[in-house]
Amino acid sequence: MENIKNDLFEFEVGTDGIGVLSINQINNPTNLFSTEFVTAYIELANEAIADKAIKGVILTSARSMFMPGADLRELQNMGNDPKVQFEKTMKMHHAFRAIETAGKPFVAAINGTAMGGGLELCLTCHHRIVLNNIKIKLGFPEAKVGLLPAGGGNSKAPYLLGIQNALMYLLQGKEVRPSEALKDGLVDDLAENQEELIQKAKDWISANSNPVQPWDNKKHRIPGGDVWSANGVQTLVGAAGNLGKMAHGNYPAQNYIMKVIHDGLPMMIDRALEIEARYFTKLLTSKEAKNMIRTGFMELQKAKKGIARPKTEPKYEIKKLGILGAGMMGAGIAYVSAKAGMGVVLKDVTQEGADKGKAYSKDILDKAISRKRSTPEKAEALLSKIEATTDPASMKDCDLVIEAVFEDPKLKAIVTAETEAVLGKDKIYASNTSTIPITELAKASSRPDNFIGIHFFSPVEKMPLVEIIVGKKTEEKAIAAAVDYTVAIGKIPIVVNDSRGFYTSRCFGTFVSEGSFMVEEGVPAAMVENVAKAAGMAVGPLAVIDEVTLTLGLHVYESDPTPNKPPFQERSYKMQKDLVDNHGRKGKKWGAGFYDYPKGMPKKLWSGLAEKYNSNVDYLDKETVAKRIMHRQAIEAFKCLQEGVLKSVVDGDLGSVLGWGFPIFTGGALSYIDFVGMQKFVSECDDFTARFGERFAVPDKLRALSEANKSIHDY
Amino acid sequence: MEAYIYDAVRSVRGKGNKKGALYGVTPTELSRQVLVALKERNSLDTSKVEDVIFGCVAQVKDQGVNIAKSAAQESNYGDHLCGVTLNRFCGSGLEAMNQAAAYVKSGFSNLLVAGGVESMSRVPMGSDGGGFLMDPLQAIPRNLVPQGISADLIATKYGYSRNDTDLFAVESQKRASEAEADKRFKSRIPITDINGLDILVTDENIRPSTTLEGISKLQPSFAMMGSMGGFDAVAIDKYPEVEELLHVHHAANSSSIVDGAGATLIGNKEIGKALGLTPRFRVRAAAVEGTDPTIMLTGPVPASVKALKQAGMSINDIDLFEVNEAFSAIPMYFMDKLGVDHSVVNVNGGAIAMGHPLGATGCMIAGTLMDELERRDLNTGLITLCIGGGMGIATIIERV
Repeated sequence: MENIKNDLFEFEVGTDGIGVLSINQINNPTNLFSTEFVTAYIELANEAIADKAIKGVILTSARSMFMPGADLRELQNMGNDPKVQFEKTMKMHHAFRAIETAGKPFVAAINGTAMGGGLELCLTCHHRIVLNNIKIKLGFPEAKVGLLPAGGGNSKAPYLLGIQNALMYLLQGKEVRPSEALKDGLVDDLAENQEELIQKAKDWISANSNPVQPWDNKKHRIPGGDVWSANGVQTLVGAAGNLGKMAHGNYPAQNYIMKVIHDGLPMMIDRALEIEARYFTKLLTSKEAKNMIRTGFMELQKAKKGIARPKTEPKYEIKKLGILGAGMMGAGIAYVSAKAGMGVVLKDVTQEGADKGKAYSKDILDKAISRKRSTPEKAEALLSKIEATTDPASMKDCDLVIEAVFEDPKLKAIVTAETEAVLGKDKIYASNTSTIPITELAKASSRPDNFIGIHFFSPVEKMPLVEIIVGKKTEEKAIAAAVDYTVAIGKIPIVVNDSRGFYTSRCFGTFVSEGSFMVEEGVPAAMVENVAKAAGMAVGPLAVIDEVTLTLGLHVYESDPTPNKPPFQERSYKMQKDLVDNHGRKGKKWGAGFYDYPKGMPKKLWSGLAEKYNSNVDYLDKETVAKRIMHRQAIEAFKCLQEGVLKSVVDGDLGSVLGWGFPIFTGGALSYIDFVGMQKFVSECDDFTARFGERFAVPDKLRALSEANKSIHDY
Repeated sequence: MEAYIYDAVRSVRGKGNKKGALYGVTPTELSRQVLVALKERNSLDTSKVEDVIFGCVAQVKDQGVNIAKSAAQESNYGDHLCGVTLNRFCGSGLEAMNQAAAYVKSGFSNLLVAGGVESMSRVPMGSDGGGFLMDPLQAIPRNLVPQGISADLIATKYGYSRNDTDLFAVESQKRASEAEADKRFKSRIPITDINGLDILVTDENIRPSTTLEGISKLQPSFAMMGSMGGFDAVAIDKYPEVEELLHVHHAANSSSIVDGAGATLIGNKEIGKALGLTPRFRVRAAAVEGTDPTIMLTGPVPASVKALKQAGMSINDIDLFEVNEAFSAIPMYFMDKLGVDHSVVNVNGGAIAMGHPLGATGCMIAGTLMDELERRDLNTGLITLCIGGGMGIATIIERV
C-alpha cells in the first residue's frame, strides 16, 4: 500500500509494516468527526486490512487536538428523514465493526483532546494510549447538545467504565484528563512524549496480532456487573430517579442514553449498536437537540468570538481597566479582568473597601490553590495586577472604566464627572447598572458618545453573560470596545438598545412577578416554585426574589421616574411593599422573605403565605402555572424584540439562557415560542390575556408571524 | 350462577429473612401444606377440584416455572389437577379468588382452589426484575418512584404525621396480639417438617410489646432513597403542591416482610351439595381500578367504590373491612376518603403486625375476615389492597 496525503490525513507505512495515519483536516480549524472524514477513513482502513504486508495501523493526529468532536454544523443540517439518518448511522457501524473484527490491530495514539466522535473513533481501535498531558481532555459531551454518543460510544463505554461510571461520562458529559481516563479504564496506557506514544503503539501491534474488543470477548466482565446484576439494577434505578430530579424529564437525550444502556448492554454489540442508532436518529430530529445545538453551540460560539462588534471599528485594546466601586460586582469584575491579563485599578471611597474588594480575588484564588487548580505563583501574579485605591486620579491611564457603584443615579453622576476629569478623552466609560437607562446616566457625561452600559451578572466570575447597552448617543467605537473587552475576559456579549431594565432584567422581572402574582391569587406557593423548576427554570421565582431581596425591588420601582408604568409593575410593587412593611419579609439576607431561613436547615416557605393569600390547597392546574411562568417571559422578550431593545432573536435566546437561566432545551425565551408552537402560543396568550390581564397581550408583530404561519426565526 | 367460598386456610407467617423460621421451607412446600390442610379440613374429594389458581409476585428461582402447578402436583390431589400462577403484585392472592369466582359464576368451572404464596426470604422482593423503575423511558416520563416514596407522599399530601402513622401501627400490633391471645385465627395452620415436627405454629412477626415510644425512635426507611435516589424530587414534580416529602414510614409502621401461603376453596352451589360442603360466603362483587402511578397506593378507594357500585351497596352496608396495611397511610387514607371508622377496619390487626407475603396476603386477609364475621355474627365484608404500579383491588363477600 502506498503512502497517502490528502486534505484529511496522511498515511505512511514504515519498514516495520505498521501504518501511521495522522489526521490533519487542513480545511478545518480542527479535526472533526464528519461524514467526509469517516468515509475516507473507512476506505483507507479497509485497504490497510486487505493488504497483508501491513501489520497494523496507528491512528494519531497531526494537529494539537486529536479530534474534539463531531461536525455539529453538519448534524444540524442533516435533515429530518429518520430513515435516511438511521441507515446512514448503521452503515457507519457496520464499517467500524468490520474494522474491529478483521483481526488486524488498530491502536489509537491519542496525542491531543479527543471528545465525542473523536473519542468514539478511538474506541473502534483495539488499544488506546494517551499522551500524559494535563491539557488533553477526553469525554463524551454529546448530551450537552441534546444528542447521544452515536459512534458506538453509548454502547461501548459501559464495557470499559462499568454502568455507573459510564452514566457519569455520558449523562453529564464528564471530561477527564489522561491519568483519570487510565484509572477509569477508558484508555489502556499513557505515554510521556510523542516518541514514546508511537513506540508503545508499535510495540503493542507487534505483540497483539489478532486483537479482540472487550465487547466481542466472551470472557470480558463489565466492571461492577451487567444490567441485571444486583448492582446494575440498583445503579439504573437510582440513575433514573436522579435523572428525573436533575432534568425533570425535559431532556430526552439523557433518557435515551440510559435507555440505550438498559436495552442494549445485555445484547450482542452489533444489535446494541442498532438500538443506539435508533435513539440517536430520534434525537437528531428532535426540537431539543436542534435548539441546544443552535443556541448552546452555534450562536454561542459566534457571540463568544465577538460577532456583535461593529466590523469597521479597529480592535480596542485594554491594557488597564478602572473599576469604580469595590463591592461584590466591582470585586468580581476586577478578578475576571486581572485573570485575563489586564492591569486593574479598583477604587472605592475607603481604602478598607478597596482592599476588601481585592481580597475577593484572593479568596477565589486561595480556593483554587486548595483544589490544585492554581499555584501560589500564579495567584500572586494575578493579585499584583490589581491596585486597590481611593484616588479618583488613578483612573487617568485607564483604557476602559467600569462604574459599579450603588444603583443611585445621583451618585453615579458624581463619579462619572469625577472620573471624566482625569480619564483620557478618547477612552471608554461604562456603567454596570442593571436597570437604569444608559441614556439617562449619560446625561452626566461630557462625552456620551463614549458612554456605554456593560451589565455583568452576579457572581461575576461564574456567570458567562455580559449585556452591553447602547445609549442614544453611544457611538460604535464604544460598542466595539465593550465587545472586545467582553471577549477578552472570555465572556459572552449580547448588545442591546437602551430601555429601563434593558433586556435581561426586564424579562427576568416578569418571571418573578408572575410567580408572585399566582401566590397572591391563592395558588399554593410550593406549587409555583416546584412547577417553575419542573418547567426548566433553575430556581423558583419566589426563591429568586428572596435572593435579590424584596427591598431592591422596591428601590428599583421607586427610583424609576417613568410615568404610566405598566400595571403589572405596580401590582408587584404593592405586593412586595406590603410584605416588607407589614410583615417584615425583606428577603434572604434578613432570614425572612417568601421563605423562612432557619439556621443550619433548608429554607422553608413562610407559613404565613397560605393564610395571607388564602391559598387554595386544592388548586391543581399545574399546566396553567407552568405556562403563565414561561409564556410571560417569552411575551416580554418578544416585546423587547419588537421595540428594538433586542437586535435579534438569537441575542434574546442567548441572553435568556445565560442571563437568567431560561431552559436551553427550549432554545431560549424567543425560540420557546416555536418550541410551544407559534399558533398554540398565541392562542394561549390570548386566553391568558382575558383571564389574567393585559400583560399577556400578544404583540402585533408576533400575531402577524403567527398568521403568516411563520417561525420566530423568520422575524 | 353464584360463587361460594367453602373454606379458607392460611399458613402461619414467618419472618421473611435469613433468620426467619420458614426460611428453610420452599414456597412449593408452604403451598402444599395449605392445600393438604384444605383437603383435610373439608374431607375433600379432591378429584372434583379442577384447578389451582395461585398468586405469586416474584416468579423466579423457587417460585419460577408456574409454582401453582408444582403445588398442585405436590398436594396429591391427583394428576387431573391443573395450576396457574398469576401476578397482580400485592393484590395477587385476592385476584386469584376473584378469578376463581368468575370461572364459577360463568359456569366454566365447578370447584377451584384459589390462593397465593410468597417466600420473601428465599425469593426477595424485586428478584423478578422488570422495567417499572429501571427502564428510563418507563420510569422518567411517568415520574415512577419506589412504593415507600408513594406511601410517604400520601402521608404528606393528606397530612398523616409520623405520630399518626405510628399510632396506627401500635394499634395493629395490639389488635393482632389480642386476636392471637383470644385464638381467633381459626383458618391458620402451623408449618411442619418432613417428620411432622412443628417448624412454626404462630405468626412470628407479631410484637405484643410494641409501644409508641419504642417505635418513635426508628429511622425513616425511605428518606435516603428519596434524597440520594432523587425520588423525592421526582414525586414533587408530579405533586408540586407538596413543598417537601415527609418521610413518616419506617420498619414498624409498614408491612413486615414475611413468608407464607394461603388457599381458599371456591365453587358453585351444586358441587357443594354433591360433596357435602357447607358454603360459608358468597362473592358479591369484585373490582380492580388503576390510579396515578406516582402516588400509586390510593387504589383501594376507587376499587372499593367500584365494587360497591357493582354490588348495589353503599359503604354503610359493609360490616367489617380488611384494608391491607402495606403502610400505615394506606388504611388511614381509605378510612378518611370513605368515611369508615377504625373500629370496623382490620379488627384483628393487619400486615404491620403479621406481615405481608405479597402473593398470598389477599386470600389470607379474606380468611381472617370470614372468621371474624362469623365470630361476630355479621354479614358483609370488604377486602381491599393497594397494588404496585398504581392499582387497587376489592372484593365484597357476604355470609350465606
